[in-house]
Amino acid sequence: MSSLSYLVSRLLQIIPTFLLVMVVIFLLVRMLPGDPAIAMADAKATEAQLELIRQKLGLNEPLVMQFFYFVKNTLSGDMGTSILLKAPVLDVIIERIPVTAFLTLYAVCLSILIAGPLAFVAALNKNRGLDIAIRSGFQVGLSTPVFYIGLLLLTFLAASLRLFPVGGYGTTFLQHLHHLMLPALTVALYTSAIIMRNLRSAVIEVLDADYVQFARSKGLSRSVILGRHVLRNALISTVTLLGLSIGNLMSGTLVTETVFAVPGLGRLMLEAIFARDYPLIQGLTLTFAVMVSLVFLFTDMVQAWLDPRLRLS
Amino acid sequence: MTQLDTLQATTPQKKKLHPRVKALLRPGFLLGFFILSSSILLAVFPWAFAPYDPNAFDFNAIQKSPSWAHPFGTDNLGRDTLSRVIWAYQVDMQIAFFATFFAMVIGVVVGSLVAYHGGIADVLFGRLVDVTITFPFLVLVIAVVAVLGPGLTNMYVAVTLVQWVYYARLTRAEIMTQMTSDYASAGRVMGYSSTRIIFRHLLPNATTPLITYWMTDMALAILLGSSLGYLGLGAQPPQAEWGVLIAEGRNFITTAWWMSLMPGIAIVVTGLGFSLVGDSLADVLRPRGAS
Repeated sequence: MSSLSYLVSRLLQIIPTFLLVMVVIFLLVRMLPGDPAIAMADAKATEAQLELIRQKLGLNEPLVMQFFYFVKNTLSGDMGTSILLKAPVLDVIIERIPVTAFLTLYAVCLSILIAGPLAFVAALNKNRGLDIAIRSGFQVGLSTPVFYIGLLLLTFLAASLRLFPVGGYGTTFLQHLHHLMLPALTVALYTSAIIMRNLRSAVIEVLDADYVQFARSKGLSRSVILGRHVLRNALISTVTLLGLSIGNLMSGTLVTETVFAVPGLGRLMLEAIFARDYPLIQGLTLTFAVMVSLVFLFTDMVQAWLDPRLRLS
Repeated sequence: MTQLDTLQATTPQKKKLHPRVKALLRPGFLLGFFILSSSILLAVFPWAFAPYDPNAFDFNAIQKSPSWAHPFGTDNLGRDTLSRVIWAYQVDMQIAFFATFFAMVIGVVVGSLVAYHGGIADVLFGRLVDVTITFPFLVLVIAVVAVLGPGLTNMYVAVTLVQWVYYARLTRAEIMTQMTSDYASAGRVMGYSSTRIIFRHLLPNATTPLITYWMTDMALAILLGSSLGYLGLGAQPPQAEWGVLIAEGRNFITTAWWMSLMPGIAIVVTGLGFSLVGDSLADVLRPRGAS
């Protein structure tokens, strides 16, 4: 029961945030000089077509009403027509979502596999050579731009050694795994550099916690202590950190998709920007915001599930 | 006996360094300081260090691999890569400054006002933070660049529009902590104006986390600026900027790898300089008494 009310209150919190998100996206196109209808239409649009768009967006009415129309249209799934792809924005985006979602999840799994064990090793060897080496490595990673990591992996592992395809997405699940290996690794290296430092301190903190001291004094074996007590509690901070870094992760995905020619939302966003395809830019910006909020929500849920204190308070 | 006592008392003991001095002597800080000062030198006097004109074509030296004459090789038009990387310091160090400075100033002012006065402004600010973190940073920045058009100046505007919120959030949190302290209450009891309390008393005590954050942010700004340059939304070719240089080399990566590899190293090294200095500054600037 308490979990349910927690979920409901958390869902209600999203509504005001989302109204403001809509305001930002609405104002974005209104910032353009001149008639928004011209920006939202094809360059070859006739005056009659422009008038139709003006009516649909309510451009002849006050700004507040225009915003109302914008929210109404968006909620009914009508985000306009992409100038670039000559198709409804919603359809174009829905078609690309699985690719970006796959890449993001893949990257999350890889970054846990990379940062997790290394954070543990670093924490267990606190301030010794191995710890310093691992931390220095991630410090360098933190100063490396995502597109550069991607370009290096692409050059050495895909173009020279031919271990992986140079781009694309593939058709079956295994092909997806193979094609997206390098893009996901690129995002994962960058993400693990971001979460590594905090994860290491989290593990150190858990190692010093009273319940771990207690488990040690009970005479539990090292592997049981690490596996049952430390790992579970360190997992909570990993989930939180990854959840909070989702914005960074998505930013990384955007760049990586461009480097590896992955047909996802990020690459579409850049194509839309160069084509000045404003309906598509609006739709994509909204989609990214929705994805981030969903991840924030999901993070809160997982956290509550892993950490009973949050659920019950 | 007394003589012996005085002798013992005056015997030089092992010199204990002040913790701040110790923080300054750490290898991490020294390395970061060295990188940063050389970067600034290269940015201010590129002509003194660059062996060639960064934009001079040499059709006799096209895509030459690194050699004594051209330590970083040459590009597809025969331009010297080392000279282009050096001239790019100017642009990228500028990005580090301009893409962060105005955001910091606006953020500090708004953040401290909101924290001090509270009320409806604080509630609205809280909502604004919620909205800002709902967008991936890069998505929001390039959406603004899409509206304003590509280019360095528009990039600064876009980054400032988004980034000031993060500075304001940090300042607000710092000021909130400072406000509970005795000296803040004392100021209020003395009848000082809120402006005086905020800017003369509270803010100076909140500078350490701000400066540390600013340093890290400058490193991030270089990454962001070069990413946008690479994507074609930041600095525009033929201007030498690291991201632009890497993008120029992208099509020749299998035949002339140095065109992309070298500017990338400059990014990594400079970014490392900023974050190393930022990390150590936190220890150097920590208020007296704290360990």
